[in-house]
Amino acid sequence: MFPRPIEQASATKQWLYTIAVPVALFLWLLPLLGVAVTSFRPASDLAAGNYFGMPTRFAYENYLDVFNNTPMGKYILNSFKVTVPTVIGAVALSCMTGFALAIYRFPSNLIIFFMFVAGNFVPFQILMVPVRDLTVQLGMYNTWYGLALFHIAFQSGFCTLFMRNFIKSLPFELIEAARVEGVAEWRIFWFIVLPLMRPAIAALSVLVFTFIWNDFFWATVLTSSPDTQPVTAGLSSLNGQWIAQWQLVSAGSILAAMPPVLMFFAMQKHFIAGLTLGAVK
Amino acid sequence: MSASSSWKANQRRLAPWLFLTPGIVMFLIYVIVPIFQSMWISFYDWDGLGAKTWIGLGNYIELIDDDAFYTSFKNNIIWLVLYMFAVPAGLMIAIFLNQTIRGMRFYKSLFFFPFVISQVVVGLMFSWFYAPNFGLLYKLIEMLTGQGVAILADDRFVTYGIIAAGLWPQIAYVMILYLTGLNNVAPDQIEAARLDGAKGWKMLWYVIIPQLRPATFIAVVVTVIGALRSFDLVSVMTDGGPYGSSRVLSFYMYEKALSEYGFRMGYGAAIAVVLFAIMMVFISGFIWKMWRDETER
Repeated sequence: MFPRPIEQASATKQWLYTIAVPVALFLWLLPLLGVAVTSFRPASDLAAGNYFGMPTRFAYENYLDVFNNTPMGKYILNSFKVTVPTVIGAVALSCMTGFALAIYRFPSNLIIFFMFVAGNFVPFQILMVPVRDLTVQLGMYNTWYGLALFHIAFQSGFCTLFMRNFIKSLPFELIEAARVEGVAEWRIFWFIVLPLMRPAIAALSVLVFTFIWNDFFWATVLTSSPDTQPVTAGLSSLNGQWIAQWQLVSAGSILAAMPPVLMFFAMQKHFIAGLTLGAVK
Repeated sequence: MSASSSWKANQRRLAPWLFLTPGIVMFLIYVIVPIFQSMWISFYDWDGLGAKTWIGLGNYIELIDDDAFYTSFKNNIIWLVLYMFAVPAGLMIAIFLNQTIRGMRFYKSLFFFPFVISQVVVGLMFSWFYAPNFGLLYKLIEMLTGQGVAILADDRFVTYGIIAAGLWPQIAYVMILYLTGLNNVAPDQIEAARLDGAKGWKMLWYVIIPQLRPATFIAVVVTVIGALRSFDLVSVMTDGGPYGSSRVLSFYMYEKALSEYGFRMGYGAAIAVVLFAIMMVFISGFIWKMWRDETER
């Protein structure tokens, strides 16, 4: 193990280390803590210049204010409407593409695989004008499904990379044995490979959920009204209206950040396994 | 009978295409074809609604004399260079945290936290951190030098201020990659090196870092992509200001093509093509390496 385990160091060093970690963590999360505390600060505190001291009271009304006087509830709902179908769609598509690219050998296999990989890296702006145009022509501009369709297509690049590498690591003998038994290919996919893909599906689902929930660029390009805008775009436009009302900006930020954060803590193992796939060989 | 038997004979050949078709069709429509459409549109003068007018290289010629384009380009380079700091910083934090004291799992996930939060929220958090007169950093600078600096309103510092905000989640991401990597470093090699008297920096440089190569590769890839995709933070924190000094190409493109400043789709597409060309240099490098790894096996 590197560095040398702290248990082997002197008692003083161990003691220093157990102090240093939480202190470093506190400094690391300072911007976040500042915003979290501000979200519970009454407006009168901010007016009186009490920015860093303890809030004079616990002002949960900031959150009520955000919900009652802005479309925040609607924005969050819109985010779910875009995110959940995207997760399902992208994962479903990539289970199939990943299976095809990992199991079958055919001449254009690698070319198709690298098309997905390369497409996943391109800057969004090179797609912006044509995708927006296409969405308008399909009559899907400013709808949740117009946004979700694009996300499904784009995410299938990363997801294919992920699924293909995962399926490649499964024991191929299973499939060969099934073929010898005369099992149809779609049955091999459905009954043999798919059940083994559960951890990959879980990891990919949490990752895609976070990516899509946090997407801002496409939300601003493909939606325009509070009826369809997801929470990132909504928060950005609310920020323009809440000039210097930091207690509201903070409460809104915390609300917008909540779902992926909860998802992360609930599915931490899968999340990290997904992100670090390929970091070890 | 004959239909089903020919299916049986050919299904191994046809099956991959049946599995691939939905994914490929979607990806072609929304990703691959639009790349070429954008290149095509960049040769036109087009407001997005009316008729397109072919102007050949007109948009690109205009770019050459566009000061805002150079500012954005320069900022992109600054982003790219400074963002790389995330790689060593992430490695340092990973090494610092790679211990097994009580509650370490919890600490690690809290260190990773910034990455899970939307960049819009990160941008708002740092705006608050930098805010003139009461922001934490403003106060700190005021305490140390006697005069506060409004980072986001000062064209000398604004880009650096935004990059610092971007580095926060990026370092967290790199950290988690290296933590996983460190977990998989071969213990026998470390022990052998320790017996040979290697420790500290020497150990890190000659024994650990070579073994972390796969993690480093991914860390560099995601950091380059992250730096060139910087749009959210610029949009939320400064909207390109003050006086356009914090624009990057991705933001400038959006501003030209789709904002209150105009609907110049052709010109925007030309900017996007330049950004794409920069990105392609890196993408080709990554793909080349991955291709080699795939075909060697």
